[in-house]
Amino acid sequence: MAATGVTKVDRSLAMVTEALGAWDWLVIAPVALPLLGAAALLLIRKRIAWHAPASIAIMLLMLAADVGLLIRVWNEGPVHMAMGSWLPPFGIIFAVDTLGAVFATITAFIGLVCAVYATAEIDTTEYRYGYFTFYLLMLAGVTGAFLTGDVFNLYVWFEVLLISSFGLLALGSNPIQLDGTFKYAILNLVATTLFLITVGLIYGIAGTLNMADLAIKARSGDLGAPVMSFGVLLTFAFLMKAAAFPLNAWLPASYHVTRSASSALFAALLTKVGVYALLRTLVLVFPELGETFAPVLLIVANSTMIAGALGLLASNDIRRMVGWAVISGIGVILVGLGLGEAAALSGAIAYAIHSMVVMAGLYLLAGAMSWLAGTDSLFKMGGLAVHSPALLLCGLGIVLATAGLPPFSGLWPKAILVEAALSKAAYVTVGIILVNGLLTTIALGRMFAFGFWRAAQMERSELAPFPLLSKSRIVPVATIAIVSLAGGLYPEPWLAASRQAAAGLLDAATYINAVLPEG
Amino acid sequence: MIALVALAVPFVAAVLAPLLGRFLSRWLAIVLSLFPLVLFLFWLRLVPFFTGGERESIGVPWIPSFGVEFSVLLDGLSLTFALLVSGIGTLIVLFAGAYLKGDERLPRFLCYLFLFMGAMQGLVLADDLIMLFVFWELTSISSFLLIGFERERMASRRAAIQALVVTGLGGLSLLAGFLLIRYASGASSMSELLAMENGLRDLPVYLACFILVLGGAFTKSAQFPFHFWLPNAMEAPTPVSAYLHSATMVKAGVYLLMRLQPAMGDTILWETVLPVFGAITLLVGTILGLRQTDLKLVLAYTTVASLGLLVMLTGFGTEGAIAGAVLYLVAHSLFKGGLFMVAGGIDHEAGSRDLRQLSGLRHGMPLTFAIALLCALSMGGLPPFVGFLAKEELYYGLVGDDAWSMALLAVAVIGNGLMLALGFIVGLRPFLGKDMKAPKKAHEGPLDLWIGPAVLAVCGLGAGILYRFFHEMISIPMASAIAGQPVPVEISPIPHLSIAFYLTLLTIALGVGIYLLQDSLRAGVDRTLTALGWGPDRGFDQAIAGLTTVSHRITYFFQNGRLDIYMTTVFCALAFTVLFSLSFFAETPALPEWPALAIHEWTILLIIVVGIGTVIMAHNRLTAIVSLGIQGFGVAVLFMLQGAPDLSFTQFMVETLSVVILALVMTRIPLAKTDHRSNPEKLVDGGIAILCGIGIGALLLSVTQTPFDGRLSEFYEQFSRTIAHGRNIVNVIIVDFRGLDTLGEIAVVMVAGLAVLGLIRIRRPRIEDIATPTGDRS
Repeated sequence: MAATGVTKVDRSLAMVTEALGAWDWLVIAPVALPLLGAAALLLIRKRIAWHAPASIAIMLLMLAADVGLLIRVWNEGPVHMAMGSWLPPFGIIFAVDTLGAVFATITAFIGLVCAVYATAEIDTTEYRYGYFTFYLLMLAGVTGAFLTGDVFNLYVWFEVLLISSFGLLALGSNPIQLDGTFKYAILNLVATTLFLITVGLIYGIAGTLNMADLAIKARSGDLGAPVMSFGVLLTFAFLMKAAAFPLNAWLPASYHVTRSASSALFAALLTKVGVYALLRTLVLVFPELGETFAPVLLIVANSTMIAGALGLLASNDIRRMVGWAVISGIGVILVGLGLGEAAALSGAIAYAIHSMVVMAGLYLLAGAMSWLAGTDSLFKMGGLAVHSPALLLCGLGIVLATAGLPPFSGLWPKAILVEAALSKAAYVTVGIILVNGLLTTIALGRMFAFGFWRAAQMERSELAPFPLLSKSRIVPVATIAIVSLAGGLYPEPWLAASRQAAAGLLDAATYINAVLPEG
Repeated sequence: MIALVALAVPFVAAVLAPLLGRFLSRWLAIVLSLFPLVLFLFWLRLVPFFTGGERESIGVPWIPSFGVEFSVLLDGLSLTFALLVSGIGTLIVLFAGAYLKGDERLPRFLCYLFLFMGAMQGLVLADDLIMLFVFWELTSISSFLLIGFERERMASRRAAIQALVVTGLGGLSLLAGFLLIRYASGASSMSELLAMENGLRDLPVYLACFILVLGGAFTKSAQFPFHFWLPNAMEAPTPVSAYLHSATMVKAGVYLLMRLQPAMGDTILWETVLPVFGAITLLVGTILGLRQTDLKLVLAYTTVASLGLLVMLTGFGTEGAIAGAVLYLVAHSLFKGGLFMVAGGIDHEAGSRDLRQLSGLRHGMPLTFAIALLCALSMGGLPPFVGFLAKEELYYGLVGDDAWSMALLAVAVIGNGLMLALGFIVGLRPFLGKDMKAPKKAHEGPLDLWIGPAVLAVCGLGAGILYRFFHEMISIPMASAIAGQPVPVEISPIPHLSIAFYLTLLTIALGVGIYLLQDSLRAGVDRTLTALGWGPDRGFDQAIAGLTTVSHRITYFFQNGRLDIYMTTVFCALAFTVLFSLSFFAETPALPEWPALAIHEWTILLIIVVGIGTVIMAHNRLTAIVSLGIQGFGVAVLFMLQGAPDLSFTQFMVETLSVVILALVMTRIPLAKTDHRSNPEKLVDGGIAILCGIGIGALLLSVTQTPFDGRLSEFYEQFSRTIAHGRNIVNVIIVDFRGLDTLGEIAVVMVAGLAVLGLIRIRRPRIEDIATPTGDRS
């Protein structure tokens, strides 16, 4: 520095000066790994045999890093890392609390499970045109969104995951795919653009993009401008990303058009990013907004649950059914935000975790069913019980989990939310949660009975008998069924994590102190 | 603690069944029946410790975050049920082994049966409310699997789904009820509820709790108008019917009511609603039963009737009524389990269950005849069977001098008379008369096919004869647990002159009369119901069909496959929310002063407006694109005039590129040449666009009216040269201060390129992807 002849500056005013410990890199590793992996896959684009093993290896590393991060956050509270060492709030930081770490861990886990399924599904063309590049970048985008502590950076990760999911949707180029992709892309761009506009507006009034700093400003009450209306716009954008009614049209229009592994990944992650952003902004950063909007959010939650359940009943295409199941799950999660206190939030987070795992499983199940039966149509399906008793077993588990029936994981968060709703005298919501469960049971019970129990409906020629379900199709489905069963039989660890995540959101002081000690 | 382990035993058997199936083949059922037998002996050994009305709760924490324990409640009530579940379960497993002998599906069947047994055992022993609910739902799920066992038959699938939906509805109601009880009373287990001074009666939400709990109990125990699923569930193989519909599944609702009687009973509501629904169910069940000709269906409807009787007695609530309910519950489990197995045996050996085809079976199946007769005598309430004890006791319990008691007593007498007749229709009629031309030549089945019903029949006789011992061990502890106080039970099988005895005689006379007139009565009931033409069973189908139609209408109203409508929805919602919130929170910005602009600035503004106007009005796509460019260049010039040359330069580049690319691409895509929208549509779209513009514009305006916090800019100015070594602050922000954003954006550009590459190069539709997805509207 002296060499340039510039007057000496005190670096500690601008930068983090203490050296990073080896474990501190865990904060960025879950994002850096898939980013680097995606770049590496581009370099070996032609060697398609390496793509799947390399990606799976990267996801294993991601999972390890996420678990390490989770353990650290669990023990030490929120941790952060300043990108380029620029002091917050001036540079970008990654700030990880229990919520972010848990969601990131599930992301890597689901990524892994769906990737195994994908190896059974995708063809050489898809390998060559970068299936796993898109895949890894989507994971990078989702994980980045969960870990970042900066609002504009959050927007960047939204864009990364949007464009890579767009790649996954369109890959294959058949007309129905393109129709779905087009609707998905246009509507999601609208949502993302609204988010960007709001980020700009917020920067205009707060002069900062750091979430902790924003949280301080929001609490100090000197944000003169129309904070409420900005919050409305922000909530609108996130609700659209989360596919809440009536902004949900993009989801049933698009999710089912691509490979089941991709659909499963989308179902697990994309809408949950919207939910995560809502939790982060409305509870941690702008609690006043969250409290003010709660009644409206509850109405949105109720109507989303109804819309999801009705869509589920109305569909006869099993992969489209799953899209509606995702939407109805989003409604259940939003109940937690609409009720707002600790128990309800922990129920919402627990339901989100359950939904990430089980919705992926439901898509994989639907994919395996339609692949076996040779059709997506519930009317034409049948005979699967005879051809794959193993799939029937997994299918039963995942169906029960989705319907919120014991001994699977769906029951517990729903029970927590119902109890929270009772304590707030939100009886309409209680009724809708329960009716939603019943309608889901009817629709999925029908799917189960038609698909598995009924005799095969289509004449199968000697030339095209039922294919055999390969291990890479059945193992992912079974994994999810088992995880959901374990979560149902012994839910304590998972519910305790959700409680801690909710407590972390409500305890903004700890988060702020961890990121901006002198703030 | 061993009691907690005992809950897991049936589930272990359920896992073992398919695993051992291959090795044990025909010994499978016999080996596996040891599991429930051990359980039976285990519970039996505990009985003497609970004869004095003791109650014990044992538990370990399960889900501390949600306040749920894994705990069992032991007292006279739960132990009696546990004995019925495990005892009859043992016999059913043996019976199932014989019934499905040589059937490759036997291991799977036993697996489901053990799942059910475990669920039922857990249900009757659970202390924690949520744990009870979990087992409650497990019985619904496992019975779904059992009822749908003959899965390729449509009737079977329909019955399974119907049972799942009806009991699932009840389950959700029960969940809400339990959560409400937990929240309102603070008690999370049965033992805590029972220990409360006044139970739930004083809670302000008592009515809600009552309705919700009843919703669960009535659907499970098939009370009118939810009775229809039970007869349909006869689609299941006979061992299932014998088990689920005698002692277990359908008694779960009765168990729940009995369990909650001390905490929720003794209110006008309880003592009115329960007897009324119970009485209606009793009459409906018996009358509908009279119409049937299938042995299993006759029994199914008498089960409905018996459940009605039990609910009626539980609700009536006097000590005598409760003692009667206890005796009747045990008696019913024994004779109904036996009769169902007899019906199964007849079906198995004679090849038919139809009354019109069966006669003279006493020759081929004398042993079965004897068993059936013993069960029918108990069902008819004749001495010295346990059924007689039950009937005498319940008449004693119901007798009173008010109209209410009289009415219920009359219903009980009529119902019992009808049930006596129905009992003999199953237990006597197929065996009498001349030899029939049945599908199969009837002969006695193997030992394991009749041992089950024989044991139950003998138990029914034994309990009647050894009545003192029976009362001491079973009736008194159980009745005391239900009543919440010691209840003496002394009824003996020796007839003595009393009001109850006269009523018994009346019942018998009535029953015999109905038995003799059965054919004409059957025809009469049949005609009436055919004329009526509608019942809850058809109502169920109509409800499901209606639900599907309505969902279809609503869903595809919104999800209509048209992107333009989705966009309209989104922007309508956007305009509404933004404008609404601006006015609701009173956040509309102040109108700015009229800007004092120079003439060239006005000119540029005018050019921009004209540009936008041309884009909207243009008939030709190329014109529109160029006009869009004009508008963009105008904005760029504005930036320059306002002192932001770098921004302006970027804007020029972007606009130029956009115009070139758009012109290249848009003119080559075969799109409609002109706007297809009608003028009103254009007006609406324009209106929405203007509203959105006003909303966002207002937000932007209000930001400009707020003082800007320039902390970040100052920081960047201060350090961009000194530490980051760059003079252009924007550049330093992009590559250093916020370099990670740039990394993300680079990734976005790369992925976009890759996606476009795929779109351009991959042209073939995926034929090998056999599952052709349907479009957005299906």
